[in-house]
Amino acid sequence: MDGSMVLPVIIFLPLVGAAAIALIAPSRSMVLKPVAVATSAATGALTLWLMAAFEAGDGGFQFTQFAEWIGSAGISWHVGVDGISLFLVVLTGFLFPIAIVACDPPHDAKAYYIWMLVLETGCLGVFLALDLVLFFLFFEVVLIPMYFLIGKWGHENRKYAATKFFLFTMLGSALMLVGMLALALLTARETGGAVTFNLVELAEDAGALPTITARWIFLSFALAFAVKVPIFPVHTWLPDAHTEAPTAGSVILAGVLLKLGTYGLVRFGLYLFPEASRYFAPLLFTLGVIGILYGAVVATMQRDLKRLVAYSSVAHLGFIVLGIFSINTEGIEGGLLQMVNHGLSTGALFLLVGFIYERRHTRQISEMIGLQKAAPVLAAVFTVVMLSSVGLPGLNGFVGEFLILAGAFVAHRWWAVVAASGVILAALYLLWAYQRVFHGTPDDANRSMPDLNWQEKLVMAPLVGLIVFLGVYPKPVIERMEPAVNQLISHMEQVEGFQSPTVGDRPEGSFEELRELKAHYGEEEGH
Amino acid sequence: MLPILAQAEIPDIHWLPLIPHIVMAGAAVVLLTIVSVAGRWLPGWFAAAWTVAAGLGVLATAIPVWIRVDQWGPHSTIAGSIGVDQFSVFIIGVLACTVVLTALVADGFLHRESLDGPAFYVLLMLSAAGGITMASANNLIVLFLGLEILSLAVYVLVAMHLRRAESQEAGIKYFVLGAFASAFLLYGIALVYGSTGSINLAEIENILSSNDLSDNGLLLAGMAMLLVGFGFKVAAVPFHAWTPDVYQGAPSPVVSYMAAGVKAAGFAALLRVFFGAFGPIYEEGQLADFRQVTDDWQPVVFGLAIASLAVGSMLAIVQTDVKRILAYSSISHAGFILVGVQAATDDGVASVLFYLAAYAAMAIGSFAVITVVSGPGDEGTALDNLRGLAARRPLLAAAFTVLLLSQAGIPFTAGFWAKFEVITAAVDARSFWLAVIAMLAAVVAAFLYLRIVVAMFLDAPDADAPRLRVPPGPAIAIAIVVLFTLAFGIYPEPLLKLADDAWLNLRLWAH
Repeated sequence: MDGSMVLPVIIFLPLVGAAAIALIAPSRSMVLKPVAVATSAATGALTLWLMAAFEAGDGGFQFTQFAEWIGSAGISWHVGVDGISLFLVVLTGFLFPIAIVACDPPHDAKAYYIWMLVLETGCLGVFLALDLVLFFLFFEVVLIPMYFLIGKWGHENRKYAATKFFLFTMLGSALMLVGMLALALLTARETGGAVTFNLVELAEDAGALPTITARWIFLSFALAFAVKVPIFPVHTWLPDAHTEAPTAGSVILAGVLLKLGTYGLVRFGLYLFPEASRYFAPLLFTLGVIGILYGAVVATMQRDLKRLVAYSSVAHLGFIVLGIFSINTEGIEGGLLQMVNHGLSTGALFLLVGFIYERRHTRQISEMIGLQKAAPVLAAVFTVVMLSSVGLPGLNGFVGEFLILAGAFVAHRWWAVVAASGVILAALYLLWAYQRVFHGTPDDANRSMPDLNWQEKLVMAPLVGLIVFLGVYPKPVIERMEPAVNQLISHMEQVEGFQSPTVGDRPEGSFEELRELKAHYGEEEGH
Repeated sequence: MLPILAQAEIPDIHWLPLIPHIVMAGAAVVLLTIVSVAGRWLPGWFAAAWTVAAGLGVLATAIPVWIRVDQWGPHSTIAGSIGVDQFSVFIIGVLACTVVLTALVADGFLHRESLDGPAFYVLLMLSAAGGITMASANNLIVLFLGLEILSLAVYVLVAMHLRRAESQEAGIKYFVLGAFASAFLLYGIALVYGSTGSINLAEIENILSSNDLSDNGLLLAGMAMLLVGFGFKVAAVPFHAWTPDVYQGAPSPVVSYMAAGVKAAGFAALLRVFFGAFGPIYEEGQLADFRQVTDDWQPVVFGLAIASLAVGSMLAIVQTDVKRILAYSSISHAGFILVGVQAATDDGVASVLFYLAAYAAMAIGSFAVITVVSGPGDEGTALDNLRGLAARRPLLAAAFTVLLLSQAGIPFTAGFWAKFEVITAAVDARSFWLAVIAMLAAVVAAFLYLRIVVAMFLDAPDADAPRLRVPPGPAIAIAIVVLFTLAFGIYPEPLLKLADDAWLNLRLWAH
């Protein structure tokens, strides 16, 4: 296959599948699911091929494709993949077939599969777009399928949750559009060139804008991504949306959609605004740490199992934000890795909660007891997934959290110490929930609960396999990420004249020298 | 020939640029004659077909004018009172398409309501002829003439549904307030004439570029009065009070013409006067280094834009009637378009044109759907009437959803690029806060479009909901606008280019 064609094929294959499903006659409804599964599985296979063909040592964009689209406005079709986006693409390609296989919609199957596949195209487009407007288009269009998935196939409060989700996210991106236009137009004015929304060109000119302007624009981007991540205090849509969404919707929401925000922070925050992201880093990682503690504490209080998992996402995403805004190789790598890990483990948790709900028709922890006796396989899988989410060494969650804490420790020691306590809290709320749901003697309602069937086992097997694999041997992932992350750091250092905090380069010398250095540095910043 | 006419100096007239005007007005008059002479032998679809043909004719005759301006540059005719430029041709195109689509929508409607057909189409074409005159007027009196022709016809159209009291009430309301607004406009024209000594837009611009009248009280009062007049026509806050009542009361196809055509003509006239005559003055490619008249009106338009955006999107939330919801949303769209006007740049003008074209499609389509759904008597316009539409008429619901999402500015619809262009113009003119407020208002407005989508898709239909019949006319119109919305949503370049080319510069040919 021609290298430059693979990304458009990956992006639009699900859309083609959606169109095919739209054409299936109502009388042949039994082929809907096979078509959806086949399309998403083929897309997943292509992303795996992409990972295999990816040049591990290269930190730049690969498989790029460029075409003029709206020339008069400087907007182009520009896609490409690098170590930062690669695994998010693979994660998307991996989670969608799983979510589609795992859950059957109770009604309107045709529309359901169409929206799922449209959603996949949107998500892949976000991760692969290298043009700001193209990115924005995909970023925004993702809302529509998700809105319908929550609103039409969700639980009791679905309309409220869907509308809240839509408006919150749109609010953020509305401001980002203004910021994006300001960035492109003002950069063109400063450099005297033509207006362009090309990410790479804009990143090369990062620093052309006056510092204050760049900071304002960064804020508009950061707000949009903060809503999507979500970072405390704009997280309030998340528990509602997650809880009310159908199981597959929750899986995709937690596994993929939240990553649009954290990915955006890395790709468009750090890359385009080196100075501003460093300036606002204290704010953002403080909010990240607040999110870790807040998410953990609130999760502990939940009586609804699905809501508990939703709040655990707030805490986990707090870790990712902390890692990203440590602005060093360990932190960012950990953040990226944790994005994948969170997608796997929280996606799996939502699936398991969904399986339990299908059997027991309740999500209330108090109504479940002793499920281990009734469904030992489900309990075993739940244990592995939960421990991965807690961050047990040997499972994937540990690697990511360790790297994040290492990065954060070098950059901001005390925040890392506080954040580390979040790991303990995670153990607390997850183990406690496990204990309440699975231990004890089952009552009549719980005794007869059937265990996982072969289809569900089939779905969970690759997830558990990857959770263990990445915990034991994360090297294939890290070695593909590292060049891109290093390139990002050196890009930031080059534009900024700033040095990323790492373990090796503590300034040596007396305290006086250090103070002089600081004073000098402070003067520079004042300009 | 009368001796007095022989003495009169007949100005030199280029006829070619006037053909679109003549076709539109002529088609109306000829149709009136035909139906009064041979009315009883004509088939029921004749008037609608005639109107569609006339609209297409206008479109076809506008193309040579565009090409001619492209080659020879903008010029004027009839002693400088009609401007021949691509700006006016663009608006003529929008109006012609509006007439075609409205005629298609009205066809099924008039049959269903057993209303008198031909009069509707005659008035529609006359009104559009007035709009064409407004869009190409280069003289304040000609502009006023166009505005009156446009308005008088619409007053009657609004009151057209003889068996509905609301329609009559809306007609009276629109007429009284509209006449009031026209009076303001006329008084504004008088004051502008008093301060500048000319009613010719190009001459006024010329005078303003060599004389500093930016603190001339007479001119300021004149501009304010003109803004009131135009603000009424485009339904900008605080001159919007008529909009919800009139939109709710008027026959649905008339509303689609008002939202698309009247608004486009109103904004065209507004731009001709404010950007053309009172526009920014450049010296060697740079904004001239003295106090500009734009500094006087830009802040006012800024205020109007914010008020329209805020009032339009917020008051729409509490409505329960779809026509009222869309009336408030049209106010909020007016606010968005004013954001482009406020920029007072060529890009701003282009963004307004693009927005007008995109909004015309969305508005006609939306009101066409309502025409179909409202059922006999044009009564069923409550939000409840749309409940479960997706289950009853999936394609209609899908089409309406596309149009609503386009109004909300969701990507891959023409509405997104309309907002994109307007915000670009605002940001480029450094009106950052206005851009931010506009986008926030867009989010609030998105909520009300979602309410309609929720009703259609997520609510169950009433068991006794009547069966909907979608007549071919509205079906074709809806299909056309949905295709337009999606096609230009995915590849907006051609329309962007047209809007970019259709710039407005009276200086080019004034001297």
